[in-house]
Amino acid sequence: MIEIRIHGRGGQGSVVAAYVLATTAIDVGRFAQAFPAFGAERRGAPVASFVRIAATPIRRHCQVAQPAFLIIQDETLLELPETLAGLLPGGGIVANTQRDSQALSDTLGHPVHALPATRLSRDTLGRPMPNTALLAAFLTLTNLLPVAGLKDALAQRFKGDVLARNLDLIDQVAAATPAGLWQERAHATSA
Amino acid sequence: MRQALEGSQAIAQAVALCRPQVVAAYPITPQTHIVENLARLVADGKLGCELVSVESEFSAASVALGAACAGSRAYTASASQGILLMSEVLYNIAGLRVPLVLTCANRALSAPLSIWNDQQDSMAVRDAGWIQLYCADNQEAVDITIQAFRIAERCELPVMVCVDGFTLTHTLEPLELPSQEIVDRFLPPYRFSRGLDPLAPLSMGTLVAPEYFTEARHLHHEALLAARQEVEAAAADWAAACGREQAPLVRVDGPPEATIGMLTLGSVFGTLLDARDQFGGPPVKLLHLGCFRPFPTEALRAACTGLEHLIVLERAISPGADGIVGAEVRSALMELDHPPRVHNFAAGLGGRDVPLAIYPRLLDAIGKPHPRMSAIDLRPELLPDKAHAAGEAP
Repeated sequence: MIEIRIHGRGGQGSVVAAYVLATTAIDVGRFAQAFPAFGAERRGAPVASFVRIAATPIRRHCQVAQPAFLIIQDETLLELPETLAGLLPGGGIVANTQRDSQALSDTLGHPVHALPATRLSRDTLGRPMPNTALLAAFLTLTNLLPVAGLKDALAQRFKGDVLARNLDLIDQVAAATPAGLWQERAHATSA
Repeated sequence: MRQALEGSQAIAQAVALCRPQVVAAYPITPQTHIVENLARLVADGKLGCELVSVESEFSAASVALGAACAGSRAYTASASQGILLMSEVLYNIAGLRVPLVLTCANRALSAPLSIWNDQQDSMAVRDAGWIQLYCADNQEAVDITIQAFRIAERCELPVMVCVDGFTLTHTLEPLELPSQEIVDRFLPPYRFSRGLDPLAPLSMGTLVAPEYFTEARHLHHEALLAARQEVEAAAADWAAACGREQAPLVRVDGPPEATIGMLTLGSVFGTLLDARDQFGGPPVKLLHLGCFRPFPTEALRAACTGLEHLIVLERAISPGADGIVGAEVRSALMELDHPPRVHNFAAGLGGRDVPLAIYPRLLDAIGKPHPRMSAIDLRPELLPDKAHAAGEAP
């Protein structure tokens, strides 16, 4: 089982990102769970959501304390100490930022894959919605689930032009991300 | 086919498959998604039922009661303060022996104000005369919601389906939804034997003098006790209809020779299953009390025979007494020849996470002196300084 925590701000869709990732896993035959950090959500406030993916049914219903990977929708959250709390050694961080991966990795002490997901989504979707780019990068890096599965999961939520733009964005990001770079990390941090 | 569904969404779809004729509800966290999803199904023309938006939970329960009295299959959902505001009507629904189904998305009660999960709300109305079923996971929430309508209609008693708020309602998991054909066969159209009918007028809920009141209460008690059979029959017939087996009263998982047992209600059960695998240790029988009303005394005694220690872990307390479930379990087991020692702990109050690490803590705790009931996840460092609390200089 592998555990992932998504950090964002209320309104950025961190719960939707978690649900989409878990749906992708379930639809390709894996077992998965996704849930928000339960609380009163307010637009702009720091929020988090969680995903578990496993080969067998997931029976536990507790919070994720030691995620293997973090997906960061808003780079200012990297300043909060709780954002990195519990991140497993050997894991990694996919962050929406214009900053440089290596410089961030050095600062944070964990491998970081940086991508300008907000800019990419503005350019392709016309809106600042970083989820699709972040998830496409995460799946391409880890090979945890096929990127085609992510397209199918988005097709359940969107249609028409919005869907077409999202699928285009997935292709752009997948082509620009080193495929399988973190595959070993994903393997090593699975319990 | 397994599909990815949020618990609330799955419960709403399960309710819709039961073809309710009237749904009345008032939004309250963490229940809101259930009725939102039902409202969407109605608005999309996928569910032909009367959806009544009301101004309070008192009215939601009253509308469901009135609809059920008129012979409709009725449903409502609530949580926490909403359940308390309904409580007067909940007693009336049960006392009038009216079948309907309510989902309680379990949440703590004020004060202090908490929107998070525990089971104090449904426990607060345990004596209202409803059947109360607790779901260990979202698949059970789907299956038991459908069974609840049949149990209610066969027993002419209301059924409260209790689902841990957030922990289940807001969690997306792979779930199996049955087909409409399976549900239609399992749950035929319903006719209330005492339904209101203008051609055959009758009054319900009239004043009952001391001459008859005891008998009415006696019959209600007897009806709830007898409902055990319908709870079991519904689970058996549902297993035959869709292939998913359930132990509806007390689920037992673990080696028969185990001398330690742990009993819970709700979503903590799955966490303990994983924890037992992860931590190992002595053989432990895990028990899930799926049916709290009627209380499954015989099934519980059978499940606990041979145990030396039984840990009861619950998400509610009776301040000034014990745990609520713990006290009832102690009472039920007293008549065993060799009853286990019951160790009663609360955990997860007001949404505190119950992690896998609770399992070794519980096993460790039974070897040490402890009060009749205490919160195993209490953090003493957060308590006010005792001297300070007593008004002395710190």
